[in-house]
Amino acid sequence: MAHALRNQSFNIQPSTFNPSNVKSILRIACSRVHLQQVRDFVREYLSSRQLPDITVNQVVLAVDEVVANFIIHANGEDESQFLDLQLTLDGHNLNVEITDNGDTIFLPAPHQNPDLRAYIRQGRKGGMGMTLVNRLMDRVEFFTRENHTVCHLSKTLA
Amino acid sequence: MKVTAQPSADTLTLQLDGELDASSAIVLDTELAKPDILNYRKVLIDCAKLSYISSAGLGVFISHLQRFQDANVKLVFFNMQEKVFNVFEILGLDALMTIVPSVAEAEAA
Repeated sequence: MAHALRNQSFNIQPSTFNPSNVKSILRIACSRVHLQQVRDFVREYLSSRQLPDITVNQVVLAVDEVVANFIIHANGEDESQFLDLQLTLDGHNLNVEITDNGDTIFLPAPHQNPDLRAYIRQGRKGGMGMTLVNRLMDRVEFFTRENHTVCHLSKTLA
Repeated sequence: MKVTAQPSADTLTLQLDGELDASSAIVLDTELAKPDILNYRKVLIDCAKLSYISSAGLGVFISHLQRFQDANVKLVFFNMQEKVFNVFEILGLDALMTIVPSVAEAEAA
């Protein structure tokens, strides 16, 4: 059943339809090739809001970073595992929920400011993703629910 | 993500076209890792068609920067879209890398 649902997106309208509070859902398998699909999904969701390019890009980037972390670090790019994304706009408040349906609990270490000069000296490739997420979004939370890791991101969009 | 290399005398210009993320970063990494690249005095990165960069893309540049500096190869970015520059800015990388508006300024840098 899980396989049948992979890589699908759909909108959910509440029974009392309120155009300012529409949910959109996407399920992807844990492969980095699906990152483009995730970004397009977020862009499409925000496209009706006439937001500045920079604002849209910041949200897209934050979601992309968390999803990439789940795919690569939590699931080791195991395509039999999958992630669920849910976007909800309530007025100006955007809420993103990313659920890792894999078995590994993945809670990133507390946020630290990276020493980029040291990264350059060391030739480091990684270690900046969660810094970006924390600087781009108003609130970032990771927690567990029914043995799965969930990430909540929120941001007030002007 | 497409990377097009244009060599001319002591300068190599790399045109980036598309979105640079954890999936496509390998394409750029392969290009920057070529040993011959250190024979140039300058490597100019044309970002006009670079529409997105994530930390994986930034990481590729960061991971090669010291190697370039040690070989006296200057890395210069130009024609960067505002939303892409914003990502460099958020991390403070605009202060650690040379980013200029135009190709003329990149050539003069």
